[in-house]
Amino acid sequence: MTKFRINGRAVVIDAEGDTPLLWVIRDDIGLTGTKFGCGIGLCGACTVHVGGRPTRSCITPLASVADAEVTTIEGLDPQGRHPLQKAWIDLQVPQCGYCQSGQIMQAAALLKDFPTPDDQDIDAVMTGNLCRCMTYVRIRKAIKQAAAELRKGAVK
Amino acid sequence: MTSRRSFLIGMAGTAVAFGFTARGALSPPAPVTSRFDPTLWFSIDRDGIVTVNIIRAEMGQHVGTALARILADELEADWQKVRIRAVDTDSKWGLMVTGGSWSVWMTFPVFSQAGAAGRIALVEAGARLLGVSVDQCQARNGSVVAGNRSVSYAEIVGRGNLTRVFTADELAKMPIKPAAKRRLIGRNTPGLDVPAKTNGSARYGIDASVEGMVYARPKIPPTRNGAKVRSIDDSAARKVKGYISSLALEDPSDTVPGWVMVFASSYPAAIRAADLVKVEWAAGNGANISERDVLGHGAAQIADPKGGVLLVDDDGLDAAFRGASSTLERTYTTGSVMHYQLEPVNALAFEKDGIFEIHTGNQWQSLILPVLAKALGLPQERIVMRSYLLGGGFGRRLNGDYTVPAALAAKALGKPVKLVLTRPDDSRFDSFRSPSIQTLRMAFDAGGKVAAMDHHASAGWPTLVMAQGFMAKGLYGKTYDPFAIAGADHWYDVGAQRVRALSNDIANGAFRPGWLRSVGPGWTNWAIESFMDEAAHTAGADPVAFRVRMLDGKGRNAGSAPSSVGGAKRQAAVLQRAAQKAGWGAAMPKDTGLGIATTFGQERAMPTWTACVARVRVNRRNGVATVEKLTIVIDAGTIVHPDGALAQVEGAALWGLSMALYEGTEFVRGQVKDTNLHTYTPLRIGDVPELDIELMDSSEAPVGLGEPATTVVAPAIGNAIFAAVGARLRHLPIRSDALFQSLTQKS
Repeated sequence: MTKFRINGRAVVIDAEGDTPLLWVIRDDIGLTGTKFGCGIGLCGACTVHVGGRPTRSCITPLASVADAEVTTIEGLDPQGRHPLQKAWIDLQVPQCGYCQSGQIMQAAALLKDFPTPDDQDIDAVMTGNLCRCMTYVRIRKAIKQAAAELRKGAVK
Repeated sequence: MTSRRSFLIGMAGTAVAFGFTARGALSPPAPVTSRFDPTLWFSIDRDGIVTVNIIRAEMGQHVGTALARILADELEADWQKVRIRAVDTDSKWGLMVTGGSWSVWMTFPVFSQAGAAGRIALVEAGARLLGVSVDQCQARNGSVVAGNRSVSYAEIVGRGNLTRVFTADELAKMPIKPAAKRRLIGRNTPGLDVPAKTNGSARYGIDASVEGMVYARPKIPPTRNGAKVRSIDDSAARKVKGYISSLALEDPSDTVPGWVMVFASSYPAAIRAADLVKVEWAAGNGANISERDVLGHGAAQIADPKGGVLLVDDDGLDAAFRGASSTLERTYTTGSVMHYQLEPVNALAFEKDGIFEIHTGNQWQSLILPVLAKALGLPQERIVMRSYLLGGGFGRRLNGDYTVPAALAAKALGKPVKLVLTRPDDSRFDSFRSPSIQTLRMAFDAGGKVAAMDHHASAGWPTLVMAQGFMAKGLYGKTYDPFAIAGADHWYDVGAQRVRALSNDIANGAFRPGWLRSVGPGWTNWAIESFMDEAAHTAGADPVAFRVRMLDGKGRNAGSAPSSVGGAKRQAAVLQRAAQKAGWGAAMPKDTGLGIATTFGQERAMPTWTACVARVRVNRRNGVATVEKLTIVIDAGTIVHPDGALAQVEGAALWGLSMALYEGTEFVRGQVKDTNLHTYTPLRIGDVPELDIELMDSSEAPVGLGEPATTVVAPAIGNAIFAAVGARLRHLPIRSDALFQSLTQKS
């Protein structure tokens, strides 16, 4: 039995401790916004936050998140209106969309660390997130747009 | 397909339905009963909600949005009330395929006419309700308007009794709006699929589930074809909690020979158990075949003047070569490329109420349904494929082979089976892009003018292996895979021309060659456009001027209605525009060069006029080529959804770049060498150059946009490298060690 919190809700999972967190989130808890891409932590489609830090859930054992706070794309913002999500829609970032939950979760962590990211910051942090549709140009723009909105909000 | 059918408009339940019926041409619409079942393209309900049925797969093109805009524009619908519905398979939809950049091109006339027919019927009914004549009315924004009075589509439907029949002839002659009167086409609107893709609610095939399902992961045999299971030892797997059993599939369709399915109560348990299950196979004949064997065989095919299929065979070609004052001959090769669609292939299969349901994302349902029927021993009518979003298509899901093992397993177990491939499984089961080898020759006459050109291309033929009904007729009664040679039948006036397509049977037997974004034009244009550059330099001509002279739009290159009006002249126009935008001819910094390439996208019947200038800097110390900028100009006729079109060009261009410099694998003894991202390395965000993309303003027939930009980028880069440092690379992908070696040999 492993206890942790996901999107603010307490859960108790009866699975072996070395089960990848990804499958617990998708199949046991039923939150399917987090995706399976490579299984070795190199595509970023499975990115969630553990204790606020971006984490590849496909290579994270369940036991390691005991008592931790996990956030998935479904819990990033209660209304799905995080500045990144708004920018993603405004700039029509997604194509097939499969990687975008991971992209947005990675970008959300980026904005905490780099409130005013430049291209180099974005490239360095987002390089681990593969987009096979190659929506990279728009991802970069959307991160900057969301950063600007967050700064505006902070000034108010 | 619809020529003998009439277009019916009539009440069905609480909505009015618009579509074709297979019934007698002039039989009136049935009264309000549940038996009214025409092939519905759209319906309008009593709230005025217009629901458009989309038979194309949503894999990132926002295709439902673009197609619904076409229909809604002619219908004069209120866009806020338009909904799209991704339909499940049914024979009433006709051919269900999403590929070839065909969707908008194929659907535009059909949906324009359907929308216009709906508008005419609504205006007639609205005029009756308003007590005015039809010519006093016009349709606007979901209402019929006469002077200052109006009646909404919702009210018209609510009053009932809307019936109207259009014969096929009437429909074909239906006047379609002039471009100036379009209200939705050509204007931007948010993609209807986008919001769900930002909050985790979008549902892909991998997200499908049903009560009582078991999970399955395959053991992939050593060869794609002909493998047989000798023995299965699951003793180690039995210790895995949740492991159920392993099963060698019996497959009457021979789609997945040698497959063993490992079942478990959870997917991680299936992954773990499959790693522990030991299978011994008798491998098929691909086990001793590698990339060099495929290319070597292709070279031998090219060297033999007999064999293959001629598409173009002009008189005087041999004489032109014999009489040439000089000739140029070059050979180009491309390596294997994997789809690496980010969602690994998967399918959920189960039988319910006598119907076999397959839940999955797929691009060519009409192709795989007969295969599923054969595998399951069921008539096609008893199989339905339920539609889901695709986590990437790129041609991988044109081949629906992954549905077959899920269905066979569900049948064998008598319970729902959810098959998911891990990434290495998916890579090893991929129908990747075949390696190719091509030899091109050009003859110059005494005046230095191009007098003749021939082109011989050998590659695996996906259409021969998987879709023989789509093989094309060549000259002299032979058939060929049109998608594996398209591009070679180019629009340049080269004097006498010959094009010979060769089916690489070593490739076809050793693996399952696939259609991969842009298919043949992805390699034919690598050869043609690199060769044109070499020919221009040989002739001492500027590469742009050299091409423009041959894009004269004469003879067979004049173009014709509906889709290629203007012909080669339009290709010359995009070429010149791209050159102008990119500053062609300007002095470049050291070791930096501009390279140009132009193509007609996918096929002659549907040319998307495309040109690209790449600006590339080469580091002579390590052979690394850095693409600084891509300038792309495209004439795709009418652009239905401009921002969606731009997104497709962005993605396709970066695919072209990725295949030119970053990714690619090699076939080694029956398997691809690279099975995951630690060695397979597609383009990442930091590799993205500046993009300058222009879609030419045009009101010609809309053509395709999903693939064409893919076709121009690699040759533009190769040509830019030559311009920068004088090294000519003739193999794709271009690797830094090959470039470095070429530079070293020169100096």
